[in-house]
Amino acid sequence: MNVGAEPADLVSRQKHFAWVRRLSAAQRGILIAMLIFTAMFIVYGWKQAAGLTPNMINTAANKGALLALVAMAQTLPVITRGLDLSVGATFVLSNCLASTIVVGGPVATTFGIFGVLLVGLACGAINGVIIVYGRLQPLIATLATSAVYFGVALAIRPQPGGSVNFELADFMTRSSFAIPHSVLLLLAVVVFIWIPYRRSVLGRATFAIGSSEQAAYMSGIPINRAKLLAYALSGLLSAIGGILLTALTYSGAAKMSIANEYTLNSIGAVVIGGTSLFGGVGSAVGSIFGAFVMRTVGDLLIVFDINPVLQPLFVGVVLLVAVSLGSLRVLRIKNRLDIYR
Amino acid sequence: MSVSVVIARQFDRATVIAFACVIVLLLIGAMVEPAFLSPKYLIQQLHTASFLGVVASGVMLVILLGHIDLSIPWTICVGGMMATGATGFLGPEWGITLAVPFGVLCGALIGLVNGLGVAYLRAPAMIFTLGMNAVAQGLMVYHTGGFAPQDRATEFMRELAVGHLIPGIPNPLLIWIILGAAIIFMLNRSVLGRRIYAVGNQERSVFLSGVDTRKVILACFVFSGACAAMTGVLLAGWANRSYQAMGDPYLLPTIAAIVLGGTNVLGGRGKYVGTIAGVILITILQSMLSVVQPQRYFAQLGVDIPADTFRQVVFGVVIIGMLLIYGRQQLVR
Repeated sequence: MNVGAEPADLVSRQKHFAWVRRLSAAQRGILIAMLIFTAMFIVYGWKQAAGLTPNMINTAANKGALLALVAMAQTLPVITRGLDLSVGATFVLSNCLASTIVVGGPVATTFGIFGVLLVGLACGAINGVIIVYGRLQPLIATLATSAVYFGVALAIRPQPGGSVNFELADFMTRSSFAIPHSVLLLLAVVVFIWIPYRRSVLGRATFAIGSSEQAAYMSGIPINRAKLLAYALSGLLSAIGGILLTALTYSGAAKMSIANEYTLNSIGAVVIGGTSLFGGVGSAVGSIFGAFVMRTVGDLLIVFDINPVLQPLFVGVVLLVAVSLGSLRVLRIKNRLDIYR
Repeated sequence: MSVSVVIARQFDRATVIAFACVIVLLLIGAMVEPAFLSPKYLIQQLHTASFLGVVASGVMLVILLGHIDLSIPWTICVGGMMATGATGFLGPEWGITLAVPFGVLCGALIGLVNGLGVAYLRAPAMIFTLGMNAVAQGLMVYHTGGFAPQDRATEFMRELAVGHLIPGIPNPLLIWIILGAAIIFMLNRSVLGRRIYAVGNQERSVFLSGVDTRKVILACFVFSGACAAMTGVLLAGWANRSYQAMGDPYLLPTIAAIVLGGTNVLGGRGKYVGTIAGVILITILQSMLSVVQPQRYFAQLGVDIPADTFRQVVFGVVIIGMLLIYGRQQLVR
């Protein structure tokens, strides 16, 4: 590499992109995910024969919002340098439960929604307790609890079926003034859950834990409570996703393939959204755009007339490429020793 | 060092607890049904266990390194489907002769990609292998979707899965015994084995000692892929055909068997004997659940609960319960 020619080039680049440099790593991640999504969605709308009708946007938003909620749920443990493989199972469990108890009149429905949210919160809290106080690896602990949650979901709904309060389901999935209600739901989750959480003591603590748990401990940060809250909120967000799924399908189904698909895609969305898998850096807002990118990949396959059976392959490849791009830092490391733990 | 000391060293606390659980389970079973202690039943259980044992052997090495292989469900499927469909790639003649090596080779290729990603790109293993799982799934779905492939097992595969080369010992069990003996020797007596433990403990130090640790990681992932594919080949022979998602019920039991056997999930510690104990424990547990059929008692109470619920819940609870007894991490501070 010609080292001498670099400085002048570097200075001009620094001038142009000075504002990018002022952004935090997480904000840069959100920006990149947003740009990828916008580009993909423009291509999608342009290739679509019918153009972008409000109806189509509503459908795309509903599908994307489902994954976005699960991806937000995945973000919180990942920021603490953990992982939650049970988000998919909690999502399916909430779906099955909602198709059973979110029925009847307004009062019963309200209680039903609170019931589902509480169960989701409890699922997450159980993960948290096992990981924090049981001191088990997040990966193994959540793999095991995901089996339990899925088993419970299967007990609630051995066969696909059930129903849901029609007015609620219709309200959650339609759009007003061309704005899909599911997007408003995402906005509400960001404004009422994510931002307060991010600004709270325990929320900021999770970032410190993800960067260095030892340093966080030495600084007197409440590690246990912060981790517990991260996992519990993760369960709550999955449950919100489960309710939205019920509203979309008007039924519940305990399928392992759904749980696995959402868990996998949520990790992909988190990575694309700029959250570091090594913890300490990230944002649930980035994961929303990451989720929409993952969903648009599937839609693009359809408009480009690529065999739909190839979809899992593309999702896998997108995930591998996203993870590998994050690994490009290996090339920049000067001291080879830094590569190794 | 006497032989007894060498053998005693293979049994750590977790291994002893796991073996004790196996014996307790068998005794409880025998009280309900005396046939539980008959040699026929035990050999049959070992036969079933060997499918799990083969795939667990490979994953254990990866876990010893401090990584994990979550791509096994569809690698198993790749092994089975590529072995039965080998005629479509190699022609009718070679496809039958080389069916088994071809299936195992395809699994090893998936392991190779995993290894390259984890060792050379330094991608987090759990994410990279999860992505590879989806890629393998996509390839297999495409393989069955594009054209109707041959899904019947060859005569040799059938013989491999259900035959008896040595009277009284089913072939899969024989394969597991040979594989297990080779791994025990490799882990305890070979340079590679020492390096695997060393990398799991502190990769940096091993690198500074002049070992190319990336090759060690690569080798283990390739081996893991090959073992998973071998299980797929055996399962295809056992069921006489290969089908999609045939490996899906194996992810949780495999990892459960390894961690129940006392292998540290963070790497560096664990004995193969423990994995054997874990595999047998999981197999007996599964067998007990299918014999006892708890769903019947619930059906009598008027509650209809599918059998799969109990399997999932019992699995999850047992894994967490056993790990809480002996798998807890040290407090890092």
